Amino acid sequence: MKPSVTSLSSIRLCAVVFGLAVWWLFYRHLAEFAGWLTHAVFGLERGSHLGASVEFFVFEAPKVMMLLVLVVFGVGIVRTFFTPERTRQLLAGRRESVGNVLAAFLGTVTPFCSCSAVPLFIGFVTAGVPLGVTFSFLISAPMVNEVALVLLFGMFGWKVAGLYLGLGLIIAIIAGWILGRLRLEKYVESWVYENGTPADVAEGAEVPALRWSDRLQAGMVAVGEIVGRVWIYVLLGIAVGAGIHGFVPENFMASLMGRGAWWSVPLAVLLGVPMYANAASIIPIVQALLGKGAALGTVLAFMMAVIGLSLPEAIILRQVLKPRLIATFFGVVAGGIVLVGYIFNFVL
Amino acid sequence: MKKIQILGTGCAKCQKLAAVAEEAAKAIGTPYELQKVTDIKQIMSFKVMSTPALVVDGVVKLTGRVPTIDEAKQLMG
Repeated sequence: MKPSVTSLSSIRLCAVVFGLAVWWLFYRHLAEFAGWLTHAVFGLERGSHLGASVEFFVFEAPKVMMLLVLVVFGVGIVRTFFTPERTRQLLAGRRESVGNVLAAFLGTVTPFCSCSAVPLFIGFVTAGVPLGVTFSFLISAPMVNEVALVLLFGMFGWKVAGLYLGLGLIIAIIAGWILGRLRLEKYVESWVYENGTPADVAEGAEVPALRWSDRLQAGMVAVGEIVGRVWIYVLLGIAVGAGIHGFVPENFMASLMGRGAWWSVPLAVLLGVPMYANAASIIPIVQALLGKGAALGTVLAFMMAVIGLSLPEAIILRQVLKPRLIATFFGVVAGGIVLVGYIFNFVL
Repeated sequence: MKKIQILGTGCAKCQKLAAVAEEAAKAIGTPYELQKVTDIKQIMSFKVMSTPALVVDGVVKLTGRVPTIDEAKQLMG
């Protein structure tokens, strides 16, 4: 290692430590800051509609953005320890039950983009990862993501975020297991299996040994990429939430999407599946629905359906799966989401 | 003549990788030919699992992400 590289990475490390300290200091005093800005600087009265809305926004917006930056940075670093190739190696030849659980968890930390779902699918099944286990991965990877978790945590607290994480994993595990039991291999396009097994690491591909400074760099890149893409939706969502917070009467949506309306969960899922959005851009809707008295289970089901299942994904997967398998896949996952919605609304 | 191939089914990152690869190749100054491989069967024949991927003279150099121009220059040079 050249000395210049060492000093560069120690500078980077210091910057990270310093950044975390500043982050923590700011985060702790956000509530005071928001109150001061609203009442002392803007001169809005305590207890007024506008005051409540503005205070909500100047508190929530920086809070959620700060959480988002921190978590995306952390997850970006964690993801450097996982590659699709290594995940496949961990999953190949696993028995189904254990494999489903492992695949669901790996789905949350392995770098994944729905645009490469097809090469990933082929790479998995041709290397001997059972079909149901592959589905567990494909379900959890988009549905359980860091942006969704941060937003849920920031707006509804750690319980809701934790439930979302847990239930997302459970749906991925069980739906994948059921799909495996159904023996659907014959509905995979036959050319998939003719390709032979991809090498563990693509032939000739550079696998540079990562240093910590590379991993930190990857975290920064993730922040730039993900936060850069979603910040506008996040602010929009919080603005909508702020409006609701101050102005809209509670229980406005209660009769329509509250616990009492049994049909609201399947309806929410049915509406959610054809919608294609990232977690951040549906938060305004989620905020609006919940704020007006919709039941939590219904809203979570809607969110899971939107980000976990999408028509574009179905179209991409059509290249390797016959329509019947795609329909079964979507049917089983949607069924799982509906069930989760009901459990939330009626049991908890 | 360097043969640069970009593997990917046309996502945003694939376009970006193509642009970076082109710029890097121009910076190096060698004559090159850039080809976008979008057919999934052809992509799979390179045995990659994440797109976009960069292939130089038939050898897979990078998968799953977009490099910086400097990194791309190194991979091609």
